[in-house]
Amino acid sequence: MTKPTLLKRLFPAFALSLGLLLAGQPAAHAEDDGQLMASGANIRDQASLQRGARLFFNYCVGCHSLKYLRYSRMADDLGLTEQQVMQNLDFTGAKFDDPVISHMPAEDAAKWFGKAPPDLSLEVSAKGADYIYTYLNTFYLDPKSPIGWNNTTLPNAAMPFPLWELQGEQTAVTRPGSDEVEKLELAHPGKLTPGEYQQATRDLVNFLEYVSEPAALQRHHYGVWVLLFLALFTLLAYLLKKEYWKDVH
Amino acid sequence: MANVFASIGDWVNERAPGLMPVYRKHMTEYYAPKNFNLWYYFGSLALLVLVNQIVTGIFLTMNYDPSAAGAFDSVQYIMRDVEWGWLIRYMHTTGASLFFVVVFLHMFRGIMYGSFKKPRELVWLLGMLIFLVLMAEAFMGYVLPWGNMSFWGAKVIVSLFGTIPKIGPALQEWIMGDFLPADATLNRFFALHVIALPIVLLLLVVLHLAALHEVGSNNPDGVDVKHGPKGNRWDALKPADGIPFHPYYTVKDLVGVGFFLLIAAFIIFFAPTFGGWFLEHDNSIAANNLVTPAQIKPVWYFTAFYAIVRMIPSAFGTAVWGVIGMFGSIALLFALPWIDAGPVKSIRYRGTGYKVALTIFVVAFLCLMAIGMDLTDEYFPKLFGAGIDITLWDNVFGRIMTLTYFGFFVFLWLYTHLGWEKTKPVPERVTTHD
Ligand code: HEM
Repeated sequence: MTKPTLLKRLFPAFALSLGLLLAGQPAAHAEDDGQLMASGANIRDQASLQRGARLFFNYCVGCHSLKYLRYSRMADDLGLTEQQVMQNLDFTGAKFDDPVISHMPAEDAAKWFGKAPPDLSLEVSAKGADYIYTYLNTFYLDPKSPIGWNNTTLPNAAMPFPLWELQGEQTAVTRPGSDEVEKLELAHPGKLTPGEYQQATRDLVNFLEYVSEPAALQRHHYGVWVLLFLALFTLLAYLLKKEYWKDVH
Repeated sequence: MANVFASIGDWVNERAPGLMPVYRKHMTEYYAPKNFNLWYYFGSLALLVLVNQIVTGIFLTMNYDPSAAGAFDSVQYIMRDVEWGWLIRYMHTTGASLFFVVVFLHMFRGIMYGSFKKPRELVWLLGMLIFLVLMAEAFMGYVLPWGNMSFWGAKVIVSLFGTIPKIGPALQEWIMGDFLPADATLNRFFALHVIALPIVLLLLVVLHLAALHEVGSNNPDGVDVKHGPKGNRWDALKPADGIPFHPYYTVKDLVGVGFFLLIAAFIIFFAPTFGGWFLEHDNSIAANNLVTPAQIKPVWYFTAFYAIVRMIPSAFGTAVWGVIGMFGSIALLFALPWIDAGPVKSIRYRGTGYKVALTIFVVAFLCLMAIGMDLTDEYFPKLFGAGIDITLWDNVFGRIMTLTYFGFFVFLWLYTHLGWEKTKPVPERVTTHD
């Protein structure tokens, strides 16, 4: 045929709609008003995962469980030995094959904070890495809050800020004549510089991203080989087809 | 070696002499037009996906727990503790979405080339039944992981039946076996999803192909090769423009399979949630009847039909009109062979009015999808300023698109029944093949 086929003529429209579709990905959570910071998490960075795990087990596991993650699985995936995990990360006396369960009784937690701390196994899948990263960087001192802390990403969060000794204390600068927070300022520096603190929270979020889907490590590992195999398969199929169709006129 | 196969073959043939004729009738002596183009890959791809869903589904069933208390945990068990469980699950979830991609393109092909027209009305009707069952199958499957979107999605979809005057509420309760989606709902959806509907689906697919092979395939020129000149290299009585399905189309379909698997594998291994479109973020939270997700909307492949429900307002004290509209939008597709009376099948030789109308129809369908996906809520303020009344814009735009969807069928009826269509001459023989 001399005229382009319908498909070829429609192609730009298809490409455009696919582009729009991907550009308009559903927001990972309700609060996203375009103010999220990019976490830069990369689960292939094993050193970062290890640092993130250390932070999680020092600062978070007191309240939050990772009920779908076993210590042994974490050891395998993060390149740690059983001994390293049991000595440095397992503070609850759990067995190596047990899942990571916080010792805090849920009823007490609900009483103390007004809301039981959620399990974080799937937090990144549900809310997105950027959301958690931003959340961990936007705590500030708020005298009006019953727990003394507030958060611009999740206003009136029931969680006291566990990393304050690392980041230090931020305070809110409000818009003149209103309660609306304009920006946060570091009033008292913590043990880490702002750059170091961002890296620490990046590691922590990275670890949580790994926890929400440990299989992602395998996916990436095998995926390349599967695609190469299929490319070869398709090429052979194409050559076979050409050979067979030579005599169709 | 060849001897062994030959003697096994003989042994079987002596005992089941009917098998080889069936094989010949549907494979080596099924003469398909030689000019199939890209649009003709999607039937065999739909078969491939169907097999994939059944095989991966069987393995998922081995570890899935169909109870409200255990379902969500069992999915994580599959993802983390079952050997290769993550791969099986992603093949199944990606397969579900790609099933609809493939079937939508397959249906569009049928409309574009007039494959639903005489003598293939039955092929089309069986196809539409497949489409209905597939939608039910996908909906029930989506409920099984018992995430928060599963729960709320089920609640909203089942509540559509609740809008039916008088019997609605009782019907809704009967479907769920409870007042809310609950353990009983999950149990029965599981039964329907893993055995009842797949059997129906398989049966319909067999009938679909049987009906097709009875009359023979259409093609991009819409020329009936059976009515054309006779005599090809293989058989003096068979269509001159036909070639044996096997080996010609089996090797050709294999190329399509290769390309399709490349795309599927890319998604499975590198983007299994497809940015939240194939696996939604809110489904990573366990079902919770106290926490409503910020946006409740069905998976992408239902969004166009869901948008129609939303766009049709309540009237005379009932909201049932939206539901009628939704089922009507599908019923009209069933009726297409009788709505479109145009004598020419393929879009290549049809009137300009038809080409324009079909393009507008596709655009309207995509726009309805965008509305159902809440993309318009996001893009309207960006395009037309943050101050606009989004609900109003959504409703006006959505209603225009809904009218356009239905308008297509009205136009098509008038256009072809009143003889407004000016067609081009249809060639005697098929024009191209690659
Ligand atoms: C599980 C789903 C389905 C499977 C496995 C399937 C399979 C097939 C296959 C293998 C063919 C022959 C190859 C081809 O023409 O591409 C075919 C043809 C056809 N199918 Fe389907 N199909 C499915 C769903 C549908 C649906 C939903 C419709 C439309 C309502 C439909 C309408 C048709 C028509 C009209 C033809 C004849 C096309 C022609 O000859 O031009 N099918 N189908």
